[in-house]
Parts: sequence; structure tokens; C-alpha cells
Amino acid sequence: MAEITSLQSAIGTHLHDGDTVAMEGFTHLIPFAAGHEVIRQGRKNLTLIRMTPDVIYDQLIGAGCAKKLVFSWGGNPGVGSLHRLRDAVEHDWPAPLEIQEHGHGDLSNAYVAGAANLPFAVLRAYAGSELPMHNTNIRFITCPFTGEKLAAVPAIRPDVTVIHAQKADRKGNVLLWGILGVQKEAVLAATRAIATVEEIVDDLSAPPNACVLPSWTLSAVCCVPGGAHPSYAHGYYDRDNRFYQAWDETSRERETFLNWIKKHILETEDFAAFQKALNESAKEQLV
Amino acid sequence: MSAMNYTTTEMMTVAASRLLKNGAVCFVGIGLPSAAANLARLTHAPNIVLIYESGPIGAKPEVLPLSIGDGDLAERADTVVSTPEIFRYWLQGGRVDVGFLGAAQIDRFANINTTVIGNYNKPKTRLPGAGGAPEIASCAKEVVLLLKQSARAFVKKLDFLTSVGHLEGGDSREKLGLPGKGPVAVVTDLCIMKPDEATKELTVMQLHPSVTREQVQKATEWEIKFAADVKETVAPMENELSVLRELLHRTAIAHGQAPAG
Repeated sequence: MAEITSLQSAIGTHLHDGDTVAMEGFTHLIPFAAGHEVIRQGRKNLTLIRMTPDVIYDQLIGAGCAKKLVFSWGGNPGVGSLHRLRDAVEHDWPAPLEIQEHGHGDLSNAYVAGAANLPFAVLRAYAGSELPMHNTNIRFITCPFTGEKLAAVPAIRPDVTVIHAQKADRKGNVLLWGILGVQKEAVLAATRAIATVEEIVDDLSAPPNACVLPSWTLSAVCCVPGGAHPSYAHGYYDRDNRFYQAWDETSRERETFLNWIKKHILETEDFAAFQKALNESAKEQLV
Repeated sequence: MSAMNYTTTEMMTVAASRLLKNGAVCFVGIGLPSAAANLARLTHAPNIVLIYESGPIGAKPEVLPLSIGDGDLAERADTVVSTPEIFRYWLQGGRVDVGFLGAAQIDRFANINTTVIGNYNKPKTRLPGAGGAPEIASCAKEVVLLLKQSARAFVKKLDFLTSVGHLEGGDSREKLGLPGKGPVAVVTDLCIMKPDEATKELTVMQLHPSVTREQVQKATEWEIKFAADVKETVAPMENELSVLRELLHRTAIAHGQAPAG
């Protein structure tokens, strides 16, 4: 059964230095508040997995939490580069970052294999691509039935998966809807899992077949309203496109990035305090 | 020749949209491919099925998404499935007619690079990476590529081959045993190229109005081939332009940007 607890306690208890961590959310429901708490608690040497490492991983990488990144598309969606990711790969700042890259179909299959407790995933891709030359975790096998050559990638088994969802009930059953990405598979593939939610309600009122993660598949559930900002939570708030656009400038230089992290994350107590600091910064910029 | 009443980007978007047939199932990349696919949907191809890799199938966005997973895509889709399902059942399952992609670099056989500029281990520029392109390039029945033409993008040799086109030309792609036919057209701001039937080398089939062969050659690092009867692309029609401009205007307002023009 998931423990319903504070985000601070959930990260403190379940996410350790050196862990392999998947924070998933395909543009939608990205667990930003949890990512900030990881930075706040100063986690180090993490292997970060994510199909689309957007601004949340840019922040974790720039803040020095990561030693390795496993990913399939690393950009600021609709805006451009992730400057902190690029600085780490191109100039080893703030530390060298080992990268292991895949395609989306590959990584999503690898999560499915992890959830299914299989050693590897199989897919039809990569023939002719140079990615397998740089990622020894992409290999080829021959189908024992047809003789077709197919790509194989090892299952992903994170130590911890972190997701954000719309609702939990008081037992810690979690409901999400809209663009689901790979969150269900990422939770089921992991040893431990944390879900932050917009609200905790008496009854999920989930129709049959809705995407519900039963309480016993999760380690902790934390109520963090707005916890996916600047991404969005379908039915609750829209994507803050201005934040993503502004991040391009904030993150471009090391100094402005470090100042932003210090002021908004390291010097705030929790996500509510972060939101207050962010609102104050926004007001200052309008003056 | 009278002054153009459209931009080269508009010409490129319109030319690409015309390649999409009504009713086709189209796997759409973000950016220009998404603009062209939605223009097709709002003009000659109302029954086109747009699939975005984040999960929406039959998406009918009111404005162009800024990210591949905007809520508007889900709100107006026929159905929304998980990301593994999109890639396993729908793309790999052989249900996608056209993959519509962009790229940072392309070579004469329409192989593309979206990974790095420079050396992989010490890149000059780290690009976002593969996304769904390797799987789309493998499994979509056909691929249409959409990118602006310059000698930096149309290169003799890719810095990195992310997603396969026609590999080394001839029957080299066929020998890989991939289900899809690979790239059937490359649309740029200057022209439309198609692979030669035998050699698979990109050949200019159409020049956009007022574009010269010299311009195309200057924007291509290799010696580009022209078809025996190069045609002129029909300039954007009034209806195409007004629908595209309205779409971009709605988009700019929705994303909190100052509308262009």
C-alpha cells in the first residue's frame, strides 16, 4: 500500500544517491515538483531515464544531480535546445554526463518489457542507423520463427519511478487521464514508485478501463497541487508555454541558471514556496 | 514576374500539404510537418488521420501544438492511447501511410541526422536526438521529409545517420528488410525532390516559382541532379494561404506570442 505522505518525506525515503530514476510524463503531467525536491535534497550520481528529458532534466543536470542520462529526445519542446544538457555533453559542466540514447519506440518498448518482467524488448527499427554503433544496448536478434532480423534492447528497471497524476483516493489509488505517455509501464517496471497528485478525493469515480494505478503498485502518494507546472495537468491547468520560452534565456548562461535554482529551489522550503517565489519573480520582471 | 504575395516558408508548407491525400493516416512530427499536415486537413484532406507520437490518433487541433503532447491534441482526437501503444500497435503494426518528418541534416539518399553536428563523442552541437524518427523511417509505408534548404543541411556526408532513408542508394534499403518504402519526397523552401527510381538519389522534380537551378545547387553541398522535365510548383492558392495564415494567427495568440505579420 502506498503511504500518503509529504513530497519531502517521499523523496527522502525512497530516492537515494546513485539510484536509477525515471521521471516520466510525455509533455503532460511532468513531475516538476518532485524533480525540484530532488535538487533541494541534493541528490547526486543519479542515472536519469526519460523519453523526453525536457526542462525538468535540464534543471537536474545543471544542478549536478546526474551522472548519466538515458533518453530518446532531449530538447525544450517547441522552443529549442536544453542548454544545461548541452553544456554537460559539450563541455562537461557541471560534471561529465554519460549519455545512452535510443528512439521513442525503443524506450517505450523497453519500459513495457520492464513492466512485464522480461529481460529485453524487441522491435523493428535501427537497420541502417548509426545509433547501435554508439549504444551497445541496441543489438539485433533473429526471430526464431521467421528468421527476420529485429532490434533488441534491455528492459528498463528503474530503482525509482516518479510520476504526477490528477487524482488519488484516500487509500492511495491513483487515476490519470489524457496523454498517458509511458507512466503506467514506468511505474510497473520500477522497484519503488512515487506519485504526486493534484488532489486527494474520497472517490476516484473512475470508469472501467480508466488508467488507475492501484495503491499497492506505489510506494508513496503526495498531494502537490500544481506539481506538474510548467507542464500541464489535463482538466486542471494548461501548459505554461511562456515559462518554457523564458527558460531558454534563464538557462542559457551558467550564472543566470544557478541564480534561478538558488532563488527558486534551494532557498524555498517546498513547492508552494517555490510557486510563491516564482510569482514574485514574474511580478519583478513586469515592473 | 510580379512580387510574391507569400513567403518561401509558406510555399514550402503549402507544397508539403498538397502531397497528403485525403484519408491518409499520417504520423506527424512537430513544427513544419505539423503545420503542413493540419493545413492539408483544413483544405483538401478533411478526412486525413493525424497521429502524434504522444498518443492522440485522429487529432484535430484548433491551433498548432507547441509541444508534441499539448492538451488540445488529446481533447480533439478520435482516441488517445499510451506511447508504447502508438509505436507498437499503430506504427509498427503497419497502420501508418505517411511519416512526416523534419531533420537537421540530410544526404543525397535522404538519410537524416537529428543527433549531433560534429563528432558523436565530442559534439560541436548536441541536437535533441532521434525521437520517434528511426521507427517512423523504418515502419511508415512512406516518408515525406520537410526542411529548409541550405548547404549546411543538405550535406555530402552526414555527421551522424540517425534515421535511414535509402542508405547507399539502389537496392541497399530493400536489403535491410524494412517494411516501409522510405522517403518518397523531400520538400524544401526552394523545390521538391524525389528519389530516382533506380539509383534512389534525390532528384529535383519541381522548382518553386521564381527559384533558379543555381539557387538550389548553391544550397546543396553535393552536385544535385535535376529531372529531365523540371516543373514549376503551382504558387500557393488564395484559399491555402488564408487558411494557413489563420491557423498560424490562432496559434500565436493561443501560445501567448505576438501574432506574426
